[in-house]
Parts: sequence; structure tokens; C-alpha cells
Amino acid sequence: MQLIFSGDAALAEIVWLSLRVSGIALFISTLAGIPAGALLALKRFRGRRFVVTLIYTGMAFPPVVIGLFVYIFLSRSGVLGGLNWWWVPSLFTPAAMIVAQTIIAFPLVAGFTMAAVMGVDPSLRVQVRALGASPWQSTWAILEEARTGVIAAVVAGFGGIISEVGAVMLVGGNIQGRTRVLTTAIVLETNKGNFSMALALGIILIGIAFVTNFFVLRLQGRTFE
Amino acid sequence: MSSTPPLYRLCGVTRRYTSAQSGMRTVLNIRDLSIPHGQIMVLVGPSGAGKSTLLRLLNWLEPPDDGEIHFEGGIYGAQREPPLALRRRVTTVFQRPVLLQRSVAENVAYGLRLRGQAHADARIAQALAAVGLDTMAHQPARTLSGGEAQRVALARAMILEPTALLLDEPTANLDPYNVGVIEQTVRRLNETQGTTIVLVTHNVFQAQRLAHRVALLLDGQVVEEADAETFFHAPRDTRTSAFVRGEMVY
Ligand SMILES: Nc1ncnc2c1ncn2[C@@H]1O[C@H](COP(=O)(O)OP(=O)(O)OP(=O)(O)O)[C@@H](O)[C@H]1O
Ligand SMILES: [Mg+2]
Repeated sequence: MQLIFSGDAALAEIVWLSLRVSGIALFISTLAGIPAGALLALKRFRGRRFVVTLIYTGMAFPPVVIGLFVYIFLSRSGVLGGLNWWWVPSLFTPAAMIVAQTIIAFPLVAGFTMAAVMGVDPSLRVQVRALGASPWQSTWAILEEARTGVIAAVVAGFGGIISEVGAVMLVGGNIQGRTRVLTTAIVLETNKGNFSMALALGIILIGIAFVTNFFVLRLQGRTFE
Repeated sequence: MSSTPPLYRLCGVTRRYTSAQSGMRTVLNIRDLSIPHGQIMVLVGPSGAGKSTLLRLLNWLEPPDDGEIHFEGGIYGAQREPPLALRRRVTTVFQRPVLLQRSVAENVAYGLRLRGQAHADARIAQALAAVGLDTMAHQPARTLSGGEAQRVALARAMILEPTALLLDEPTANLDPYNVGVIEQTVRRLNETQGTTIVLVTHNVFQAQRLAHRVALLLDGQVVEEADAETFFHAPRDTRTSAFVRGEMVY
């Protein structure tokens, strides 16, 4: 307990990096995942079934395998890493971890958003259009009606990456002061037999999950009853 | 007949649906139908006749496959949808209203909000009072009874002051009290604002109570269209007399 409140600088850095990496990854996958989920729920197009299958597969995909793919792609001898383009992040950087976590969270956000939007009464769209909604306005109305589920989709995405070890370990490398996050630090401290430190980190992780979910429930507000 | 042009004129309007079992089927085929300004036009006909489909075309919720819909000086059709501003002159109340998971007042304000009109508290209160729901403004819409929900649906449509208000069996499954409130509100809207009403109903008595003109649809075609007096008391078509006597099976 003392460890948590002692204000240890190294610890604060780990927590901050965890939040930053997962926060940015969640932001990107939310930005892409909510429109993708809405599109899959509302539009009929060729290949839709195939895309949905891919998303569902992605939702159940072992993160460590995604980490492996990202590793292969980004490594110096890999497809993208070899190109040396400025926007391709190097391995063992926070940016590489963000890439992996974005790929992990995206199908979760998109898949759960799709399910939530499909749960909205299909007549709603026709009725808001009859009230004068433009196509964008009717899509927005449907998303608003699905908001409890859409927020849950984002929570699922966050839960999927803040607690994830394998991928960040692979592509981040758990470098102290650079790519060490809560989960990888827990693994390390446990391996060293440093159980009290590992436990403290674990409690912080649970605390983060609790606090975010507490605020999410407030956000869902009246519809959650 | 009257010298002013009708609000709607439909010429050769058809609508086809394709289904897995029966393939392509023409569910609506209207040779020539006019809907005059400021009147209550009632559409009757057996189930599957195409009444709801016709209302969807009138509100441009879907395009016709063929033909022309003349409306407010424009001609629209399969390839030509009216601009949003014109589409917003028409709205529909459906048999089963779907309200937003918000308060009653927010539901009533919704259409105004779509049009970028805020600060309409007085109008909202007025619309709710018109349907007798002024005390329920702040209640969540999902707690309403069926009749109350339908009255909210009417209020959220009325507040838009549409040129044409389309009603698709708005009182089916409602108790006499709610039926009365809705009929009275619709009639008053027509009388005071001159709103053109197109009402679909299965209830011949309701048609008699409200209609200025009546059209009978059968298998997607208009069998007879006449003023209410003629339609109910001296119809030209034997199928109309059968319908009026309640002999038509539906
Ligand atoms: N989206 C659709 N796809 C395929 N067929 C449809 C569709 N909508 C309506 N139909 C068919 O078109 C025909 C006319 O339907 P419509 O709903 O307009 O009838 P209605 O006169 O309103 O009937 P009711 O009195 O039962 O409401 C029906 O046979 C119906 O099955
Ligand atoms: Mg119908």
C-alpha cells in the first residue's frame, strides 16, 4: 500500500505510460470503430458478411498473436519496417505499442457497436426520416439511441488493451523508463519475486478499471436502469 | 372541379418489391390520383392493398419505381427526389410510434432540433397541451402507455406545422378515449391550420367521421375516389359498396 501512495517517480511513469498508450490506442480505434460498426449495422453491401466475420474473429483473437504480426511487420527486416518511412514506428517504442493496441481494440469497438446499433428498432430510422432527418441526422439518431451499447463497446475496447500483456511485451519490449507499462511491470516484478510491488501495480490497474467504469456509468446516465 | 391545383398529383406511379418467394411484384399502380389542399383524404382498403406504401411515397421515405409525383410546383419521381426542405413540409404518424429514449418534451422538440430551431419551449408546451399531455413533459418517453405514446407522436408531428400530415392507422389498438383525442386533434389541425391530412384507416366509422374525400385501394390500384358523401352513399363501383357495407374481407 505504501508503494502506491509513496509517489514513486518510476511508478508514476509506468502508470502514465499505460494510460497514454491505451488512451491513444482507444481514441484511434473508437474514431474508426464506431463508424465502422454503424456502417456494418446499417448498410447492406457486398462483402458485408465477410467483414463481419473478420471483425468477430478479431474480437476473439489472441492479442499476443496480433503483437506477433505487428512485430513482424515493424521489425527492420519486416514488410513495413524495411521501408523506413517516417510514419512507420520502430519496434520497442510506445508508438509500436499503440499500433498493436489499436488493432486489438478496433474489432472490439466495431463489433460491439454493430451489435448495439442493430439492437435499435429498425422503424426508428424511417420515423426520424419522416420527421425531416437528413441521412446523417438519422444515422446520428440511431447512434444516440444505441448509446448505452456504444459506450459499452468503448469500455470493452479499453478493458481489452489496458489489461493486455502479450502484445505490448512483444512490440514494446518492457524497457524501463521507455516502454514499461503496468501489465509488463507486473510480470517482471512477479518473476523477480517482488510480490508486494507486483501486487501494488495490480491494485492500481484494478483501480483504473474501476474509476473509468464508474465514470462511464455516470455517462450512460438515465438510459442505464 | 376546384381551380387551385391539388397539393399532390400522382400520375402513373408504381412501386414494385422483390421478395425471395414471389419474385417481383407490383404493389402499387396509381394511374391518376389528386390530393387536394387543406382537406382530409382517407385511404381505405384491405390489408396488403398498398396503403402504407402509398404514404411512404408521399413522404419520400422511398422513391416510386415509375411515374410522377407532382408536389408544390415540382415533379418528382424515381430519379428525382425533392430537396430536404421540401421533404420537410410533410411528416407521418405511424401505427406503432417509435419514440426516442428521452423525455416527452425532447421527443416533441426533435423535429424542430433537426431544423436548427431551438428555444421552442412555448411551442412544445402548446403541442403537448393540444394532445392533453402537458403534465407529462418531463417524463421519460419509454414509460408512456400506448395511447400516450401515440399522442406524443402526433404532437411531435404537429409542432412542425407540416403542409401535409400523413397518418397510417394512427388509432388502431387504441382505446376510445385516445381515439377521441387523436381524431379531435387531427380535425382541429385541419380546420385551424388548413393542414392537408391523408389518413389510412381500417375503421369505416372513423372514415365517415373525418373524411372530406375517400379513396379505396385494392391490389395497389385506386378503385374509387370521391367526396365522402358520394363514396359512402352513392358509390359508382360495386366494390366500394361492398366495402362500405363491410362485406369486404380483410
Ligand atoms: N419492403 C417490402 N418488401 C417487400 N414487400 C413489401 C414491402 N413492403 C410492403 N410489401 C408488400 O407490399 C404490399 C402492400 O403493403 P402495404 O404495407 O402498403 O399494405 P397496406 O395496405 O398498408 O396493408 P395493411 O392494411 O395490412 O397495413 C404487401 O403485400 C406487402 O407484403
Ligand atoms: Mg399498412
